[in-house]
Amino acid sequence: MSEPLVEVKNLKQYFPVRSGMKTQMLKAVDDVSFTVGQGETLGLVGESGCGKTTVGRTLLRLYEPTAGEVRFDGELVTDKNIHAMRKQMQMVFQDPYSSLDPRMTVEDIIGEPLDVHHLCSGRKERREKILELMSYVGLNAEHARRYAHEFSGGQRQRIGIARALAVNPKFIVCDEPVSALDVSIQAQVINMFEELQEKLGVAYLFIAHDLLVVHHISRRIAVMYLGKIVEIADADELNEHPIHPYTESLLSAVPIPDPEITRARQRIILEGDVPSPLNMPSGCAFRTRCRYATEQCTRECPALSNRGGGHQVACWNR
Amino acid sequence: MSDHLLSVQNLHTSFFTDAGEVQAVNGVNFDLDRGEILGIVGESGSGKSVTAYSIMQILAETGRIVDGKILYNGEDLTGWSEKQMQAFRGKCCSIIFQDPMTSLNPVFTIGSQMKEAVVLHTDKRGSDADARVVELLELVGINEPRKRVKQYPFELSGGMRQRVMIAMALACEPDILIADEPTTALDVTIQAQILELIQGLQKKLGMAVILVTHDLGVIADMCDNIVVMYGGRICERGTAHEIFYNPRHEYTKGLLRSIPNVNNMKKKLIPISGTPINMLNMPKGCAFCARCDSAMKICLTEVPEELWINENHKAACWLNIRDAFRGKEEAE
Repeated sequence: MSEPLVEVKNLKQYFPVRSGMKTQMLKAVDDVSFTVGQGETLGLVGESGCGKTTVGRTLLRLYEPTAGEVRFDGELVTDKNIHAMRKQMQMVFQDPYSSLDPRMTVEDIIGEPLDVHHLCSGRKERREKILELMSYVGLNAEHARRYAHEFSGGQRQRIGIARALAVNPKFIVCDEPVSALDVSIQAQVINMFEELQEKLGVAYLFIAHDLLVVHHISRRIAVMYLGKIVEIADADELNEHPIHPYTESLLSAVPIPDPEITRARQRIILEGDVPSPLNMPSGCAFRTRCRYATEQCTRECPALSNRGGGHQVACWNR
Repeated sequence: MSDHLLSVQNLHTSFFTDAGEVQAVNGVNFDLDRGEILGIVGESGSGKSVTAYSIMQILAETGRIVDGKILYNGEDLTGWSEKQMQAFRGKCCSIIFQDPMTSLNPVFTIGSQMKEAVVLHTDKRGSDADARVVELLELVGINEPRKRVKQYPFELSGGMRQRVMIAMALACEPDILIADEPTTALDVTIQAQILELIQGLQKKLGMAVILVTHDLGVIADMCDNIVVMYGGRICERGTAHEIFYNPRHEYTKGLLRSIPNVNNMKKKLIPISGTPINMLNMPKGCAFCARCDSAMKICLTEVPEELWINENHKAACWLNIRDAFRGKEEAE
């Protein structure tokens, strides 16, 4: 097998939280390991607060990791000059309304990374590159002088993607890129991500909470719960044969837009809410809501173990 | 005459803004029967929420019902005074909103907010009212209800808050519950809990539910009948089976093709082209014509009427009329 493009090993990201006199550590990401191959899409799913966004941000060193390593093309990201690193790795943010500067024109937004990384020699080349990027994402040349507020949500997300593509990166972290968009617009943006991957060979870490969207776009999927990855597998394998009880209930809870299928299947309803990450249960974090939980689960936290065919699960009982 | 529980007839609701009149709801008709779950689906700006707010008459200040009737048990609500409406809200019809945080008052305890609703709409007072609050919290599956009544909204999770909202809405056992995107702000596993709860309560109390959402998955799961809205008008309606397996409006068809589903995972999605319409600048003909791949000349100039496809299904699309004529010609 070829070398992975991104290799994450035992990544930890803790945030200090002050409450009164004492400072507690919030373990947003706790010992996470995974790889992303060249030109591959890895989907990262989980409920709000599970740490999926933090993983994405830590990869790009928007946060400095507490512990663990991130390797890009075999090199440690933390050793690299951050400037050179960001030329290889970029990000598309969830909210296309707050992630674009309202006082810049589209041309300047897309041109900024070109300027920062000195990627074009003159005005003419800069202009040409910007127009090329805009055509990649399906924006018209006449939009170049407009401001972000003049665009709809879907179009703004296209601007954000063009900006990420400007430095010709090999890897893009997409943090919920379609969840703020209307249903009829989502498909346009999803297709665009897929087409750009075919054309440019860029790899994605696709973070989302919509399992159907993630399944559609990803080759492999990782499921997170309270800062840990509980299961990683091929997209189809995960959907057809989920092993971890959390994945199982997550999949059964997704409303499928097909009345016969959705009404025929058995929903596994989880009891209660996600525990607070400041007050995590001992052992396996999921045991408080798990129907298979045993005494062992309260004592020890299970590690990811291989179940064949690249299917990894962290559970004692399944 | 009409024995429907609720009957919305030719509803027109407009907002009068500085930029001009926005016709948010443009001639909407539908009936709701006892014990029915009706889904209203559409994207943002389709008028689905405004339709719901019009029924409750809780529109923003600039909004007004311009034309049409809303009949509740045969009586027209649109002419009612604010006082009459106050009696209607809560007792006959309740609403729950998308964001349970902003719908609860942060400075009052859960118990006092719920008691207010109980005291206002029923004849229970004092400790009777308190007991009713605990009973309601139990009904919506909140554990330790006696502890919860003393807590403030910020102490509860999103799913819990939505349960409290549902409990408040059910305080006087209304005939109709309007749920406006009740699970959009919640996680999938919590969404499943809340949907199960609404379904269970609907069966137990026999009330009618209007479920407003953009999520076709939720609609497929929950609803008996579905209304699809686009640009302030109803483009298609029918039973869940008809809408999902036999869609007859280009917008519904496009919507179903554009969402990832279990059977198109490996195929490319087929998106609806263009962008949602600008309500300030509505086209003369069919609202969807600018994004429709099969649009004809007539679509640009004339608004299509809703026509029966079969006894469980109606759609407003000129293509159906064309196809009907073609079929007739072929038969001849």
